Amino acid sequence: MSELSVNHLLGIKYLNRQDIQLIFETADHFKEVINRPIKKVPSLRDITIANLFFENSTRTKLSFELAEKRLSADVINFSSGQSSVKKGETLIDTVNNILSMKVDMVVMRHPNPGAGVFLSKHVNASIVNAGDGAHEHPTQALLDSYSIREKLGEVKGKKVVIVGDILHSRVALSNIFALQLQGAEVMVCGPKTLIPKYIDKLGVKVETNLRKALNWCDVANMLRVQNERMDISYFPSTREYTQQFGVSKDLLDSLDKEITVMHPGPINRGVEITSDVADSQQSIILDQVENGVAVRMAVIYLLASKIKQ
Amino acid sequence: MSQKVLLNEKEVNIILHRLACQLIEKHNDFSNTVLIGLQPRGVFLADRLAKILSEDYKVKNIQLGHLDITFFRDDFRRGEKPLEANSTKINFLVEDKNIVFIDDVLYTGRSIRAALTAIQSFGRPNEIELLTLIDRRFSRHLPIQPDYRGRQVDVINNEKVKVNWKEHDDADADTVYLIEK
Repeated sequence: MSELSVNHLLGIKYLNRQDIQLIFETADHFKEVINRPIKKVPSLRDITIANLFFENSTRTKLSFELAEKRLSADVINFSSGQSSVKKGETLIDTVNNILSMKVDMVVMRHPNPGAGVFLSKHVNASIVNAGDGAHEHPTQALLDSYSIREKLGEVKGKKVVIVGDILHSRVALSNIFALQLQGAEVMVCGPKTLIPKYIDKLGVKVETNLRKALNWCDVANMLRVQNERMDISYFPSTREYTQQFGVSKDLLDSLDKEITVMHPGPINRGVEITSDVADSQQSIILDQVENGVAVRMAVIYLLASKIKQ
Repeated sequence: MSQKVLLNEKEVNIILHRLACQLIEKHNDFSNTVLIGLQPRGVFLADRLAKILSEDYKVKNIQLGHLDITFFRDDFRRGEKPLEANSTKINFLVEDKNIVFIDDVLYTGRSIRAALTAIQSFGRPNEIELLTLIDRRFSRHLPIQPDYRGRQVDVINNEKVKVNWKEHDDADADTVYLIEK
């Protein structure tokens, strides 16, 4: 087994445990590569990748672009803000036009859930989902698990709580799938209004008391409140949210054990996490960013190896 | 599939000692020399040679590294099987060093070409040499020849040369086999 079972990375739910294992082992090698004086390998010199971002992104876009360049792929970038999408072009037309320029792989972020799956059925290129609405963000979940594995040795048997805006979070759903696939226990914690009604059907625990959740877990993955996706008010005020669901150094110090704190970024300092926690020894936020490049290199490399000559 | 023995344990042992002596003749105390075993199977030979040099010939402070060339190969997406990567372990600078690449079998020369590119990521060495236990004559695709060779053999294309090591291959003795596919 040294090949992915899929031709696209559309979501964690399409992967199996061996796929994740293979991605992590490959990422180990790339992590060594990106710590060399010269951080580039020539593997993908005959592959062209289009990064299509129909929604804003800083970290993910840079991380993908860096991963692609470190593999020596040719890269073209596209942001919907400056494109013909504004003029009424459909998704398939936009992508097929780009593919006519002989592109082998598409990395896409899109506001609509299922955009990646839809595209994979209609165009002839390998698709990597870089976030589709509130559905999935598979590479983020992979790099989160990879960072847990790096910090704690393995993911299996670990207890992970995802705190915050679960309702609007693609990171939460992908993380639940990825962690469960690797044998971790998952809990979600947040205001009742921001937890999907039937989420316990996925086999996750639900908790509305942050202190109880943190006392239970080994790892806390703090999510951002996605104000831009909120059409109504889900909690009375930011101040009240912070008091109930924000992690501070005092709260961490008052727990019985030392837990690991993660955040997929961007951080709202002082809202879901205070600055002293974000910058503390317990936080692996910047490791997550570094690992993001290695994991994305692994995903792109493994998918590219399945593209026919 | 049939196989015959090309080199038995005694012959392998004599050759390893000769190669070690040749390295000492050229590199003296190894103060500016590093040995780099090429993944996957060159590292076994490199480990063994480093052991002989330090234990039998009392060479001190041998610097030994492992280099994986997977991401530098020229046959990515061209073969039947996917390429599997191995670990690279080079915990020293190669800038201005004399490098000896070590591999068990030299065949087409393409792995060495990849290794020559891969090592550039770690700096600009002063000089690179190549040591192989088995040199498959007349089968090169590139103008690459070893500086130190254990044994030169003539092997046709549908035959394979396999080096078995006691400590890695569950074998009773170090042996070099010629296997007909």
